[in-house]
Amino acid sequence: MSSGRLLAFIITAVTVVLVIEGTLFPVSSAITLAGVGTGSLRASSPQTAVENLVQDINRRDWNAAYGSLANKNEFTEQDFVRDLTGAYPSLRSYATLDSFDVHPLHASAENAEVRVNLRWSTVVGTFQDMRDLQVARAGDRWQVAWPIVKEPKVSPQVIPVNYLRWDVIYRGPEDDWGEQDVESPHVRIVDMHPVDRGGGVVLLGELMNEDVVPAFVTVKATLLARNNSAIATEDAFDKMSHVLLPKQVTPFRIDFPNVRLSEVDSVHMDPSSSLVAASADPVIEIEDQILAGLPEPSLTGKLVNQSGQIVNIAHVLGTFYDHGGQLVWVSDEYADRALMPETPLPFLIPLPADLSGRVSSYRVVASTYSSSRFQ
Amino acid sequence: MKSRFTFMFAGWALAAMAVLATAQTAPLELPKIIAAGTALSVSTAGSGRAVLYIVGPGQALRRDMQLGETIIFGPGDIHNAGHYTAALVGSSSTQTAEFDVTAAKQPSMLSFLAKPSRLPVDLHDGISGVVYVLDAFRNLVLQPTEVSFELSGIGGATQTRVARTQNGVAWVEMDSAPKAGSTQFQARVGNTTEKRIIQQVPGEPCNLRMSARRSGARVELETEPLFDCRGNTVPDGTIVTFKETYNGGETTVDVPLKRGVARTNVPAYDGSIISVATGVVMGNEIHWQDR
Repeated sequence: MSSGRLLAFIITAVTVVLVIEGTLFPVSSAITLAGVGTGSLRASSPQTAVENLVQDINRRDWNAAYGSLANKNEFTEQDFVRDLTGAYPSLRSYATLDSFDVHPLHASAENAEVRVNLRWSTVVGTFQDMRDLQVARAGDRWQVAWPIVKEPKVSPQVIPVNYLRWDVIYRGPEDDWGEQDVESPHVRIVDMHPVDRGGGVVLLGELMNEDVVPAFVTVKATLLARNNSAIATEDAFDKMSHVLLPKQVTPFRIDFPNVRLSEVDSVHMDPSSSLVAASADPVIEIEDQILAGLPEPSLTGKLVNQSGQIVNIAHVLGTFYDHGGQLVWVSDEYADRALMPETPLPFLIPLPADLSGRVSSYRVVASTYSSSRFQ
Repeated sequence: MKSRFTFMFAGWALAAMAVLATAQTAPLELPKIIAAGTALSVSTAGSGRAVLYIVGPGQALRRDMQLGETIIFGPGDIHNAGHYTAALVGSSSTQTAEFDVTAAKQPSMLSFLAKPSRLPVDLHDGISGVVYVLDAFRNLVLQPTEVSFELSGIGGATQTRVARTQNGVAWVEMDSAPKAGSTQFQARVGNTTEKRIIQQVPGEPCNLRMSARRSGARVELETEPLFDCRGNTVPDGTIVTFKETYNGGETTVDVPLKRGVARTNVPAYDGSIISVATGVVMGNEIHWQDR
């Protein structure tokens, strides 16, 4: 009982100390994002000018943000807003600014270059938007020149598509119990490999739709101890592609944090599939895939939408293999902008540095989500 | 809700019968076995008013009557197969009797389970059919009955098997045909038939081949029409993966078959190697040389 009270006292004391420290010596980006001191943070330095701009962006005060720019004559406010939130509905449209870093690159009395790294928060994690900003002195204050990124426009045209889709009619509630229902798609785990990583167990694998109909698939795994008791159960969540067309293969990754591989005796895999109304379009080309090594190992490339349909969210999954063809890692990335027809959109899938030396080959797949598909 | 009332009523009736039966018990004149759905007449003797209860599986009947009358239960009144108890409760005595209701001899319904509803062509014993033979009141007909199974449809000879029911159930296994398409799987007992549709789908693709031709700064790739090893067209929607490898880089495209072929285009790189695959089947390779 006394040790419990002591712990409570220590926690309370540490909390009070941290609150006081945070109040007296706040992080500049926290001040900015909190909107405190709007008037006091005058653009008296290049860094302050950038922080003020980020604060306006965070508040979505586009008018104020655009009004503070030095190069307003180069683009409209609408272009500026589209650059930050996307011209078409995408992850950017619903993202909120989580945090940012400002790094001065060089500065003189009249000009400066500042790198700002904006971290946007979305439902599928965060994405970064790094911009190198030119900041120029204008009288007694500094103004930021925004490096506008205009999304390419697609020329008006007709793109013929032989539309292919599947619809499903299920058994009705009034049907006799012997009345057959439509068969679930046949799927198979073609590879599965557990690894000990980061203080936990990671299951890597691949799943194939062997059937002739589209499948909505999930993979659940249970780690079993020697006495056959379940240690933990997890599923692949978004580390896989859930809609598989016939003969399509998706990688999957299931993370079991805080479980040691030495504790695991066996793994029970539970793949499930159900028929789903699906479309065979859009077709996504994954162009110029290049594996970069240390110091920042990654797989880069460009997504090209070969169909005429706008893809609002594209999810890229990378599967990495060693020389023997064994799975080494599965990683993913979401495109933060909408994927326009015939317009390349770069992507970067990060790869853990310690694994980059083992990677010999890779395979990339993309799954897409289009709002128009559900209308 | 209906079954709950039935159970309550049956419970109450049984309780009443048990109490009254202790006073005086005399056998009722009833047949030992009747077929489900047949009419039943119950003759009584004596005088005065009485109540006749008949309690069976999922069913309880009550009739107010005058002793000495004959009570008639019409066709269909007693329809669930199983063991029944009848009790005639009078003012001074109770008579009980037990009898069994069996399924009607004439099958009139079939519960037909055909699995799977979709399978690859040319699979030995790949299709299973199970039939439960039922009478008009959905009672399982336990009397051995011959069931004829017939699998017919696109291509291949019609397969016919006859199986005899055991405890009301008959089953067979059939081969899927070499030709893809929908086939009709039929079970027949007398004039009663039940049909199911079995979709026989192509197997793994055979001889995946593509051709390439330049189109501006890109290479157009197109597969030949894709068939399985039995000559069935691989269904549209099947994913074909094109892969182009060049100078440490790669381009891949997953393309669904449409109208039997997969078609796409990739950047033209001199010296690149272009390969094609679907599922676990590899196709040919093309070494692209600009000419």
